[in-house]
Amino acid sequence: MLEITNLHATVANGSGGKPILNGLTLKVGAGEVHAIMGPNGAGKSTLAYVLGGRPGYEVTEGSVSFNGQDLLALEPHERAALGLFLGFQYPVEIPGVSFVQFLREALNAQRKSRGEEPLSGGEFLKLAKEKAGLLKLDMDMLKRPVNVGFSGGEKKRAEMVQMGILDPAFAVLDETDSGLDIDALRVVGEGINAIMRRPEKGVLLITHYQRLLDVVQPDVVHVMVAGRIVKSGGPELALQLEEEGYEAVAA
Amino acid sequence: MTELATLPTTRDEDWRYADAEWLAEADLAALVEWKEVVVPAGGALAETSHIVEGGVTRLRVHVGPGARYAHFAINSAGRYARLEIEATLEEGAHFEFGGVTIGGGDKRQEFVTRVLHAHPGATSRQVVRAVQWGRSTGNFLGRIEVAAGAQQTDAAQNFKAILLENGAAANAKPELEIFADDVKCAHGAAIGALDETAGFYMASRGIPPELARKLLVRAFIADAFEAVVDETQHDELLEKALTALDEEVV
Repeated sequence: MLEITNLHATVANGSGGKPILNGLTLKVGAGEVHAIMGPNGAGKSTLAYVLGGRPGYEVTEGSVSFNGQDLLALEPHERAALGLFLGFQYPVEIPGVSFVQFLREALNAQRKSRGEEPLSGGEFLKLAKEKAGLLKLDMDMLKRPVNVGFSGGEKKRAEMVQMGILDPAFAVLDETDSGLDIDALRVVGEGINAIMRRPEKGVLLITHYQRLLDVVQPDVVHVMVAGRIVKSGGPELALQLEEEGYEAVAA
Repeated sequence: MTELATLPTTRDEDWRYADAEWLAEADLAALVEWKEVVVPAGGALAETSHIVEGGVTRLRVHVGPGARYAHFAINSAGRYARLEIEATLEEGAHFEFGGVTIGGGDKRQEFVTRVLHAHPGATSRQVVRAVQWGRSTGNFLGRIEVAAGAQQTDAAQNFKAILLENGAAANAKPELEIFADDVKCAHGAAIGALDETAGFYMASRGIPPELARKLLVRAFIADAFEAVVDETQHDELLEKALTALDEEVV
């Protein structure tokens, strides 16, 4: 359902663009969970931002097709409305806008673009409560401004609550496991399984560690180095990386 | 804000950010008019104003001992729109001001306040937010005067501006004149752009850019109306201010 072909991208850094992605090719089918692992600076977060359409990240070559549509031709909010969800490594704080308001606007904007009726306040709160419960996040936290005053772990859990409410077709999760303690890691991992393990959905999981992959078992593991995939394999590849390190495995 | 005998120009300190061309053609009689408001001892009065037509509005408020006066204003007018408030506070009185300038084109919108802490124990709080685009300008000239003997004065003013486009501008001119030694006076000013990171975060959840901007601007100007007690009135003020954004931003 997601098909990335020979993707090259640069990141604006003041004096023109710095090339980060160098011919990345990857295909994730419906019902599959793929993990991307790789050393710092390999371009994993850049890939996530390019897929999300973040300003300043420019595609210089290649294509991305999402369920047959040219993803790169769409604005970021249009990509979300198509069912693409981006889980942030560093979720953004928005003072003065409550999570409830933010997510209701987001969900109803997505529904509107799909020609669906908006959810009423009551319907939305019921849905939010259910998803917060799934991720063991206190519902009262969703009444607070978006991510303001949240700990690192709470922000990541809130990201998954958002994913639950928006119910995307495809999720790109950028280091959703960083900043989580062991218990929170299990809750988040099980949340990903509950929300995204469906025959019609797909996940691209960017992570440094095996821990999350014990809970969310990937179908395919890719090793990314210097802006491209250098090796792909089954779940055992992640275990091998954990033992031997990136250098030995990627060589 | 002394009485005007001749037309002010932008060389006058209180008018330095005004629209010079507008001033040159102005009618002096319209500039020297004051609306007087008196809040008797122990009383409370809250007023709101929505400035939709250009010109100068002047308000002189006398707040009696232990009394409260609050004014919440939206300035969305052009070409030149100015609201002046002069407040004199007696012992233990409180003055509250929340103002929002919001506009584009070549609009020049400003709030000018002079708060006189004439007696001990009075408090004042002023929060002004400016949202400007096009080639518009939002200004806040806020003067706080603490008279000799006006001990335990607690005065604060805060100004923040968001410039949605290059070419828009904002000016802040805080002035503190303090002749007592046991007082608290705080002021702050900041001018910046809308948070792009927040904009992308919202887009990544499916919120279109116009709606994201509206939510962020709403959150930004809400500070100015935080002290509005009545929730319905609070929301009405926000919506009125945001109408200017809907109507004008392209």
